[in-house]
Amino acid sequence: MNHAPVLVVLVPLLAALASLLLPPRLSPWLFGGGLAGVGSLLIPLYQRLLAAGPFRYRIGGWGWPLGIDFYIDGTGFLMLAMTWALLAGIGWYSLAYFRGRPAGAHFWPLLLLVWAALDNLFVTADVFNMYVTLELLGLLSVALIALAGTPEAYAAALRYLLAALGGSMCYLLGVAMIYSVSGTLDWVFLRTVLTEGPGAVMALALVTAGLMLKSAIFPLHFWLPRAHANAPAPVSALLSSLMVKASFYISLRMWLWIFPGVLQVHVAGPLLGLLGAGAILYGSLMALQQTRLKLLIAYSTVAQLGYLFVFFALSMHPEDVTPALQAVVFFALSHAFAKAALFMGAGVVQRTLGHDALDRLAGSAQRLPQTVFAFGVAGVSLIGLPPSGGFVGKYLLIDVAIRERQWFWAVVLAVGGLLAGAYVFKILARAMTEPPAASPAPSLGPSLAASAASSALTGEGAPPPAPAVVASSSLVVEAAASPLGHADSAPPERGLVWSTWTLAMTAFLLGLLALHPLQVIAIGAPGAGPRLPGAEAAQ
Amino acid sequence: MTTALWYALVGVILLAIGFASLILTPGLLRKIIALNIMSSGTFLILVSLARRSPDPVTQAPDPVPQAMVLTGIVVSVSATAMGLAFLLRYYEATGRLALPEDDLPAAPAPRHEEGPSA
Repeated sequence: MNHAPVLVVLVPLLAALASLLLPPRLSPWLFGGGLAGVGSLLIPLYQRLLAAGPFRYRIGGWGWPLGIDFYIDGTGFLMLAMTWALLAGIGWYSLAYFRGRPAGAHFWPLLLLVWAALDNLFVTADVFNMYVTLELLGLLSVALIALAGTPEAYAAALRYLLAALGGSMCYLLGVAMIYSVSGTLDWVFLRTVLTEGPGAVMALALVTAGLMLKSAIFPLHFWLPRAHANAPAPVSALLSSLMVKASFYISLRMWLWIFPGVLQVHVAGPLLGLLGAGAILYGSLMALQQTRLKLLIAYSTVAQLGYLFVFFALSMHPEDVTPALQAVVFFALSHAFAKAALFMGAGVVQRTLGHDALDRLAGSAQRLPQTVFAFGVAGVSLIGLPPSGGFVGKYLLIDVAIRERQWFWAVVLAVGGLLAGAYVFKILARAMTEPPAASPAPSLGPSLAASAASSALTGEGAPPPAPAVVASSSLVVEAAASPLGHADSAPPERGLVWSTWTLAMTAFLLGLLALHPLQVIAIGAPGAGPRLPGAEAAQ
Repeated sequence: MTTALWYALVGVILLAIGFASLILTPGLLRKIIALNIMSSGTFLILVSLARRSPDPVTQAPDPVPQAMVLTGIVVSVSATAMGLAFLLRYYEATGRLALPEDDLPAAPAPRHEEGPSA
């Protein structure tokens, strides 16, 4: 399987094209085929990575400097594997979510294209190729957000389109600067050929500013909460778990692999860290003030992205950045699973109750036990309690901060965990409250009679039927107003619940299986042994 | 002043005009046009960079930034088309031409502003 690096991009791309040509009902099958195909390609890639370390693949045999090369190292491979696993979960969920809905016909080709673009980003060695994938991901995200079909979703899609185009234009200018001072676009070689000077400084500034806008880091986060909260649930999960990691991945390559060779990047590291700290505090406090479940989760994403940027303050001083890199990539990995599970759970709540108002969640623990359990388990990972994946990532970050004697960052990371605890408990406390007997809000159909009977048995006055009927009919009206929020009185489909549950448990159990992914991240890390040039041919 | 520098300067000015318009004007159509002006500025800068590092033998401009410009134009055109399509949908759904936070009055309203009573 020598051509595996290019096939992991081609398989989803061809499946996407086929899904546009074939009848829409075949699209899920194509997606399933893509999962099987890419899954079987990841295994030889992984074996090769373990056996021979990072390696280069020359597309069409051209090779650097004429062609665009792919380069696979531990971090890139782990991102590929994360994309595969998350898309498997989100695809399973979408199968039930879009069943019998016209939006599904557009969803599957877009999902497959997103997959191809992400895989291309994680294997490419060319920073201009990264620009192309960034633009693809931006345009695809806009289309996916608009699938919700509501005016709010259109507004969120347009806002995101403007922000994404501005950000990627900034990145393109930075790439042009990089090329003009170095004469190459290959990030593996850039480290050796880039020359010091104002050109390099400006390139790094432009690239970083563009990527910060695209990954919604604190003062530039304005587009994220509404975009992620107004999209359909599987799309929210996709955006919040994978899309924001794409631009962070490029930042990692820039700040750890490319520029440390020529610039004193540690001067700017604390500045990015401060923005990250601002994001943690601001995002968490905003999350605490939200009244809608999906907006709360979206602001939690703003906060969690802050951790990824605090990393830049921690990673700059030591000669060996491998521990910090392991910590932050593992943190990103477990955040992706936990956040996808939360958004998918919010979709189950919205579908079943017809709304996602936090104040009216009372009793949902009785109606949706597995979903609320998934909220709890994913929340444990977000807070960073053992043995979850979030715990390991956060623990390693704090460990680096303490070993570097950078106490301030350790405090920021710990306070962020406390705030995450506060907003996770805000969800759980609402969900686990007993529904008040007089309020008919969560109980429709047969359960209404049951609760009336039980309150009559306990000696309280049974609620008069008239207000209950009025209230439930107003609920139905509200549900009809929003196309995606149908208040089904039936329990949610099992596919929705179990896929949410599986992703939440993955985020939780990642902590127990952390050792191996951490070793994979270290393969090809910038501080680990001989790294250049990994230019053996792979034909 | 060389031609390349002149191109780069004009590119920077276009970029600044576009950026100011993107931030300051509330109308979505103007924002989309502003992004187009910004990308034109970016492409001019890229073209001038191509002239800055010519081929040592033939003195032809470097082809790589030109290839980047071509890709950028493709991206810019498709993004503009997409933005306009969504703007149309948004207008049909809400009757507005600006995002809610920019608070432009709904489109049919401005007719009244010319009269003294409005």
